[in-house]
Amino acid sequence: MIPASADHSVATKRGLAIGFPLFLLALVALAVTLFDPLARFGTGLPPDEGLAIERGTTEPNGIEVWVRGDGRDDVSIAQVQVDGAYWNFKQTPDGPLGRFEGALIEIPYPWVAGDAHHLTFVTSTGTTFGYSIDVARDTTPFSLGALFDLALLGLFVGVVPIALGLATIPILRRMGTEGMVFAMALTVGLLAFLLVDTLAEGLELAAEAAGAYQTDVIVWVVAALTFAALMALSRIGGRKGGTGGIALATWMALGIGLHNFGEGLSIGTALILGNAALGSLLIVGFTVHNLTEGIAIAAPVTRKTPGLWMFVGWTALAGLPAVAGAWIGAFAFLPHWGAIFFGIAAGAILQVMVEVIRFILALGRESTDSLSGGTAFAGFGTGVLAMYATAFLVQV
Amino acid sequence: MTTVGNVDHVRNGFDPHEILNDWDLGTVTTDANGRRVREYEITAVDIEIEIAPGIFFPAWAYNGRVPGPTIRAVEGEWLRIHFTNAGSHTHSIHFHGIHAASMDGIAGAGLVGPGESFTYEMPAEPFGCHLYHCHATPLKRHVHKGLYGAFIVDPDPARHPEHTDVARARLLGTPENDTWQEFVMVMNGFDTNFDDENEIYAANTVAHEYMKRPIQVDRDRPIRIYLVNITEFDPINSFHLHGNFFDYYDHGTTLTPTLRTVDTIMQCQAQRGILEMSFANHEPGRYMFHAHQSEFAELGWMSVFEVT
Ligand SMILES: [Cu+2]
Repeated sequence: MIPASADHSVATKRGLAIGFPLFLLALVALAVTLFDPLARFGTGLPPDEGLAIERGTTEPNGIEVWVRGDGRDDVSIAQVQVDGAYWNFKQTPDGPLGRFEGALIEIPYPWVAGDAHHLTFVTSTGTTFGYSIDVARDTTPFSLGALFDLALLGLFVGVVPIALGLATIPILRRMGTEGMVFAMALTVGLLAFLLVDTLAEGLELAAEAAGAYQTDVIVWVVAALTFAALMALSRIGGRKGGTGGIALATWMALGIGLHNFGEGLSIGTALILGNAALGSLLIVGFTVHNLTEGIAIAAPVTRKTPGLWMFVGWTALAGLPAVAGAWIGAFAFLPHWGAIFFGIAAGAILQVMVEVIRFILALGRESTDSLSGGTAFAGFGTGVLAMYATAFLVQV
Repeated sequence: MTTVGNVDHVRNGFDPHEILNDWDLGTVTTDANGRRVREYEITAVDIEIEIAPGIFFPAWAYNGRVPGPTIRAVEGEWLRIHFTNAGSHTHSIHFHGIHAASMDGIAGAGLVGPGESFTYEMPAEPFGCHLYHCHATPLKRHVHKGLYGAFIVDPDPARHPEHTDVARARLLGTPENDTWQEFVMVMNGFDTNFDDENEIYAANTVAHEYMKRPIQVDRDRPIRIYLVNITEFDPINSFHLHGNFFDYYDHGTTLTPTLRTVDTIMQCQAQRGILEMSFANHEPGRYMFHAHQSEFAELGWMSVFEVT
């Protein structure tokens, strides 16, 4: 029999164990309130002004710049220098910019086609924020004609190479299991390269966006959330073995489509900001680059016989987003949206990679050849190298 | 193109148009030896000034204005400048003139801590167009923050029998001097973002002020400009006049021009001189003048005379 006193002491100990940390916490809170250790910091601080310059275009009537307040305190644009000279400007809406508040600055500056122009925004405290337009060129005005031209470019970059890639399916069909493992591993390699590339693009745009948004963090979070959501979606049927065949090809087309939307953004932005040289290089590069994406979609269905309309669907799913991307990039692009978008694409690509790897593992189980591991590695390496090689075409 | 908008001169407490010719003549007395003594009061303060529309600069200023008061005296007088430092840093006044070592405005010779005072005493010598500025260290900062001003010593006609007429035309208060339109222009600049380069250039502080509100001149009266360069960070500044040429007196220490019939002169920091010109044979209209460094002009140092 346990004495009553001992029982009581256990309860007291338990009470103390819970109460003591709480007591300490209260003590710390009291001390912080009483002594206010933060008081000596943060006094006499100069205003924390920030200005993110999100997009600058050269228009027939001058230069237009989208800016956004990006600091703890309001920022007032007092004067604008263009190429080291004070110039007229109009801000809409007027007044100081609070954190995240955007405005359009219109500067009637006679810019010179082909030249670089440097802008300096001088705030009320004399702080300066710089922005460069690397190559000034007539910004294509918004019009149906421009939309049509951009759509053609998008089709050329997105749809055509995907269709060409899908057309390799007869070649893929002639390969045995070992060939399939190679093709699928090649796909993983391509996707791995795309994943890194997409994240890098997203983080690059995040650096241009208003720092207050912490867009770089958002890129990672969005990528993770997208990955998790797509994994959950693809498992709704409760398939144990993972997706394969037609379903996998469809997921692949979706992931690649999201990525191609991003490519469309890059092309549209480059063209609208007057960088035609970069734009055309991007077009050629992405076209070659995207051939491999078509092969990736075709790989999981080499043993099936999907109807022609399925191929049309995959081509549209993977390729058409490039058109939408080109439109948005040209006329409505702000860096933080672009960054978030690339985050989504990265998550989607990662999900497809996981599915393809599971597919390879399943193939490996049915294969009698013990060399599958080596074949898979060779395929993966070839995929990364192929992407790396074609990526040269997209570099400036 | 110019800066956009207008500066609130009332808020600033000074107007570049008033600075053009509001001479500080001090108070004149005669001492026991019959010598004329001129006394001035100058106080250094911390003050925020608007140097271009909407751009505020945390300045250090003599008597609350940049440039400080234009001290004007007559050759041979005895000067007494009572200096009080109401600012947050140690300051001084270093005069470009002839004076004793103990009056130099450097360490050990009239460097004044916050809340303290000092009286600088010296003869008004030599005649000419001079300047004064703070000589506390770090020198660059104390100068470009705004602690400087023009210091003019008029020639005493009695001492220059060979050029009495010219000396009288320079001497403030004589009928000969009255026929002239005199302006003081201190060429300065402001580094607002601490990158050791100026974002604003001006004559008398406010960017493009004389561009937006031209200086009114009467074409029948000759013009005399006391020009001082105190621009920090750039090796030289310059003055170029449109549609006309002028005579130049380097440092203003001669009564005959050191350069005749020129339309552009350049000055190193602390160089100064007197420019004399006439629009008598010109049609009325706007005549521009500016630094002939395009950069300085487009960043604020561009002005016009409205000749009527
Ligand atoms: Cu000083």
